[in-house]
Amino acid sequence: MSDQSSHNPKTASEIASHVEEPSQAELHTHRRNAFAGLGWARDNLFSNIPNTILTVLSVALLVWAAPPLLDWMLLKATFLNEDPAACREAGGACWSFVTVKHRFILFGLYPYDEHWRPLLAMALFIAALAISCDSRFWNMRIVYVWGLVLPVCGILMWGGWLGLTFVPNDKWGGLPLTLILATLGIVLAFPLAVLLALGRRSDMPAIRAICVGYIETVRGVPLVSVLFMASIMFPLFLPEGLTIDKLLRAQLGIMLFTAAYLAEAVRGGLQALPKGQYEAADALGLGYWQKTRLIILPQALRLVIPPIVNQFISCFKDTSLVIIIGLYDLLTTAKTALADPSWRAFYVESYVFAAFIYFLFCYFMSRYSQYLERRLNAGLRR
Amino acid sequence: MSDPVIELDHVNKWFGAFHVLKDVSMRVGKGEKVVVCGPSGSGKSTVIRCINRLEEHQKGRILVDGIELTGDVRQIERIRKDVGMVFQSFNLFPHLTVLENLTLAPNWVKNAPMKEATETAMYYLERVRIPEQAQKYPGQLSGGQQQRVAIARALCMKPKVMLFDEPTSALDPEMIKEVLDVMVELAHEGMTMVCVTHEMGFARTVADQMIFMAEGQIVETAPPAEFFAAPKTERARQFLGQILGH
Repeated sequence: MSDQSSHNPKTASEIASHVEEPSQAELHTHRRNAFAGLGWARDNLFSNIPNTILTVLSVALLVWAAPPLLDWMLLKATFLNEDPAACREAGGACWSFVTVKHRFILFGLYPYDEHWRPLLAMALFIAALAISCDSRFWNMRIVYVWGLVLPVCGILMWGGWLGLTFVPNDKWGGLPLTLILATLGIVLAFPLAVLLALGRRSDMPAIRAICVGYIETVRGVPLVSVLFMASIMFPLFLPEGLTIDKLLRAQLGIMLFTAAYLAEAVRGGLQALPKGQYEAADALGLGYWQKTRLIILPQALRLVIPPIVNQFISCFKDTSLVIIIGLYDLLTTAKTALADPSWRAFYVESYVFAAFIYFLFCYFMSRYSQYLERRLNAGLRR
Repeated sequence: MSDPVIELDHVNKWFGAFHVLKDVSMRVGKGEKVVVCGPSGSGKSTVIRCINRLEEHQKGRILVDGIELTGDVRQIERIRKDVGMVFQSFNLFPHLTVLENLTLAPNWVKNAPMKEATETAMYYLERVRIPEQAQKYPGQLSGGQQQRVAIARALCMKPKVMLFDEPTSALDPEMIKEVLDVMVELAHEGMTMVCVTHEMGFARTVADQMIFMAEGQIVETAPPAEFFAAPKTERARQFLGQILGH
């Protein structure tokens, strides 16, 4: 090209003018590719002195902590060798503990040969939950899905029908128990919470007083004591001979407890709505329930997705408190699995495994709430 | 005057100890246009908010189309079906499209089939000259467009009376005209209207009666020509001087 330009300046400039732009751009992208990492690092990691200090400290922390952690978790870990002695020898994490005990941790005291039943029930249950997250099913279809899944799960878990042996629900445990307590707790608490929140803002003094009284009482008491009352005190008030299942009592306790907290989150949304929305609905002649269902709740609930999901996550984890009334939820089975003397040393592995399962569900809920917020507010963005 | 559509008879209202409305009486006949004006805090918005019971009055009688407003919820809902209201801040439902805003009340309150409600909605959207915005959300429209949708939303209920509560006060100046044009058109078609507004040009064009309020009382009632040319009271003279005198 330079050769050409010396001979024929005109053509050269012509060529240059044609070529200049793409070649410059090309060069630019090329340079950007080469220096992208560097530029990014300068902008994000070393933009000023405090940032640089933080970067250096973080790197130091990584260098200090990562190799031993990696060593323990993977390199020196034992995965499949079912002999505890091999674990002690290797010195790393003993994931064999999980390999050996995972069925007990996941399903608790449920008869060993029947584990496929809670497994299948759980798979159906989680599939139904996943379907419920898809807005295309937010109509009658969701009712059909659950109308089918819940009875099937019930039959699988209890049995006593279709040739399945009967398993009383005090033998249930592990992940299915946690899932049932949390999901039903949340799903049943939610409508109650909405009613409580609406009642707390009602014009009718009696309704308002009942709702305020309920919310404040329940919020003033720890979940542990609610569960204790449900399991120990409540039966004392029942007439002789009448008993209510322990699992059901725990379920109701969790539901009633969660509802009080959720109600306050929902009330926040109701109060955040401009008064004009209520007035416009009134002025159009909508009745109270029409106004609430069509105008108020769709907007108010969107506003409070973050605190609502916060409460869901908290409820999911709080189900582990049922240990105090002798139910074998996921955390309790993880702990109980350690009772085996030969594996007693590996409590960290057991709790890490349980924590990992809790994390999976909670992280999903958190991500889903962010997705839901973006999706539902798409139309409202101005 | 034919039978009044709206009749207020010595209406009194208090906010706590504050006496906002003092013996307010007025009659609005069928097809009549009344413009209520007055300084801020004079109770003019409160008066029209009492007419569809967004505010409750404590003494006196309010009759709409012969039905008295009492605490009876069914009476209130019946009256609200016949009384359209347009607010200063539009108050469209932001989670619904323009079309859904318009069809919601006819569909749920009057049980109109969706097809019919949609036809009515599109008819009124044409009337307020924004049929092309039907599928958008209110947040995507300008203030003037939102207020026109709000007017269309009220009209979809086929009301006997339209109440306007400072409909142009929240608008940028260049959008006021498009809203007033729609209101003038509506007036010419014979709609019964009660407007709280500071748009004196609009009042001069359409009003049959001017009502001037101050400190919760009706100070002066007169046809606009008379009211603007020769206000009878010092208060009204002062007020007009302030809003027209620049």
